[in-house]
Amino acid sequence: MEMIMETETATTLNGFELVYKKPSTLTDTPFHYCPGCGHSVVHRLLMEVIEELGIQEQTVGVAPVGCSVFAYNYMNIDMQEAAHGRASAVATGIKRILPDKFVFSYQGDGDLAAIGTAETVHTVNRGENILMIFINNAIYGMTGGQMAPTTLLKQVTSTSPYGRNKEAMGYPLKITELLAQLPGAYYVSRQAVYNVNAVRKLKKAIEKSFAYQKLNRGTSFIEVVSNCPSGWKMTPVESNVWLEKNMFPQYPLGDIKTPKD
Amino acid sequence: MIKGTVIIDRDICKGCELCIVACPQESLGLSKQININGYRFAELVQDNCTGCVNCALVCPDVAITVYRQPKSAIKNAG
Amino acid sequence: MEQEKISKNEASQNGREARLMKGNEALAEAAIRAGIDAYFGYPITPQSEVLEYFTNEMPKRHGVVLQAESEVAAINMIYGAAGAGGRVMTSSSSPGVSLMQEGISYIASAQLPCLIVNVSRGGPGLGTIQPSQGDYFQAVKGGGHGDYHLAVLAPSSVQEMADFVFDAFRLAEKYRIPAMILADGALGQMMEKVILPEEGSLPKMQKPWATTGKPNSRERNIITSLFIEPEKMEMINLGLQEKYRQMQSEVRFEEFALDDADIALVAFGLSARICQKVVDLAREKGIKAGLLRPITLYPFPKDILSKLAEKVNFMLVVEMNAGQMIEDVALAANGKCPVYFKGRMGGMIPSPEEVLKELESLVEKQSVSQD
Repeated sequence: MEMIMETETATTLNGFELVYKKPSTLTDTPFHYCPGCGHSVVHRLLMEVIEELGIQEQTVGVAPVGCSVFAYNYMNIDMQEAAHGRASAVATGIKRILPDKFVFSYQGDGDLAAIGTAETVHTVNRGENILMIFINNAIYGMTGGQMAPTTLLKQVTSTSPYGRNKEAMGYPLKITELLAQLPGAYYVSRQAVYNVNAVRKLKKAIEKSFAYQKLNRGTSFIEVVSNCPSGWKMTPVESNVWLEKNMFPQYPLGDIKTPKD
Repeated sequence: MIKGTVIIDRDICKGCELCIVACPQESLGLSKQININGYRFAELVQDNCTGCVNCALVCPDVAITVYRQPKSAIKNAG
Repeated sequence: MEQEKISKNEASQNGREARLMKGNEALAEAAIRAGIDAYFGYPITPQSEVLEYFTNEMPKRHGVVLQAESEVAAINMIYGAAGAGGRVMTSSSSPGVSLMQEGISYIASAQLPCLIVNVSRGGPGLGTIQPSQGDYFQAVKGGGHGDYHLAVLAPSSVQEMADFVFDAFRLAEKYRIPAMILADGALGQMMEKVILPEEGSLPKMQKPWATTGKPNSRERNIITSLFIEPEKMEMINLGLQEKYRQMQSEVRFEEFALDDADIALVAFGLSARICQKVVDLAREKGIKAGLLRPITLYPFPKDILSKLAEKVNFMLVVEMNAGQMIEDVALAANGKCPVYFKGRMGGMIPSPEEVLKELESLVEKQSVSQD
């Protein structure tokens, strides 16, 4: 493949039109995530929506403790770093002070469904007008692959080396369904980024949640079933195959609660 | 057939291959060389890209910029 | 405690209203008058009236009040709201303040101004609901992880419960640190006359660092306590320590009958009220005692104590704990005079008589050793 002479302008290349480029709401810092990790895809979609809606100046985000603890290095908006498990409480504090700004919290499964369970349940129960993004990759990535509340039965992790067994370690926690029961939950959806269609659907769900947030009718909650190639000890491509086969039966995709009107 | 092309930032790419499996045209493959971070990076291996953007949508590192032939060019190419 | 002798009508003339109020309620009323944007709290005896007062008053006036699901959630709401530029406050009592320690460490590291009130109660553990000063170390030495301090003010009257809200916010916003009012259950529950501060008389500060939404005109603001490179984390620490050095100028204390005293009582908060009585009783018995009352527990008034230690025969530290501030008093005295301790624990309040008895036995013991 010889190198074609590239005469590039901002929007054309050899007469071809630019049809896809990185959103301006992402910084120039390369992602630190492991190869193939879904986190940064979600970061990008979030920033694409913020760019398209032109709400960079109207949005404040909250990063958790976990692999996405450095989310603010990539998201070119005002952000706060929360203590482990407390992102939705921090987001509540922000939203109560800045009620007309868009506020979102971004958390992993350990952050949201283990140490932060009380904050998660009560933030949604209060119907805080924020978007809660929940990345479920069934493992604690940052700390080296330990079992999470959403780890599947029999799934091997560094703290369930013989596979998760319910007698000692309980069941995979379907927190999203739990939260959907709460009247404060206005829009609840479970999406993924394991292939192109899923990525497109997730973007629509994010767009919907920002539209809903303006209505002040309650919390939007989006779970993203995602992969963890390093923690699962698979290649990125294998991880998405495994995810489809094993995670989706336990965590079925789709809108779980949508507003009636 | 619409023609397109992609620019892949070889030093950002981590060789995760997700774009390769997402490409309907099998236009992409892993390079033989490695980038500054030691990853084999994705690159065009066939000239049959249609600029469908699949690869860019799944790329975790936003390493791919996509260009596509404008419709007008195809009409007069007839 | 000689209170400002302002008659009721005089007070109301200069816009300052006089009322008979509980300490907890005077604190909350002062906070509303200080223009707080939000209060996040949780019920715990002996300070639930603070939260109740806000839920009654704020809807009629201004400010957000939210009862959180726990003190852990409340302090993290404080973090978020303070980081978004709000003037914010929480209050709790000993066990609840223990739950807040991690959040307070984050707030100190992220350099967020806010007010935390501890209406202390007897411990450890679930303890009792009676007053105590057993949280001195937690408040003054930093109860969470890492090297940090709060500005700590110790009121000893309902008047100071109100006044110190303004003072605490001034310190918090001037130095971008968490400030604490270390009170106790008695001060929270007792009723006294209080001259209330003027509504809105505490100017709001510009907070260009707050996360209010990134306009094109500036880089994004990030509120964080995470600095993964140790060089950067050390820079943050050096900055904090420099702040604490500058705060030494904010030391406050009150002196009673120390001019001719050859014995100094040292006590803060409720214990200081008791010791004032002890000074009177001692002087009736010809014992020239005086009292040094630290008002800022951090920064600690070590210079005045160091000078005092050169003048008095001994110091008697009186606290409602097993002896905590005495360590700082002894450090300040630096061996220049003996420093003795008299305290009660578990929510018991020392009586003036029992402190006087201790004082007399020390005087006797000392005069025997001098003959």
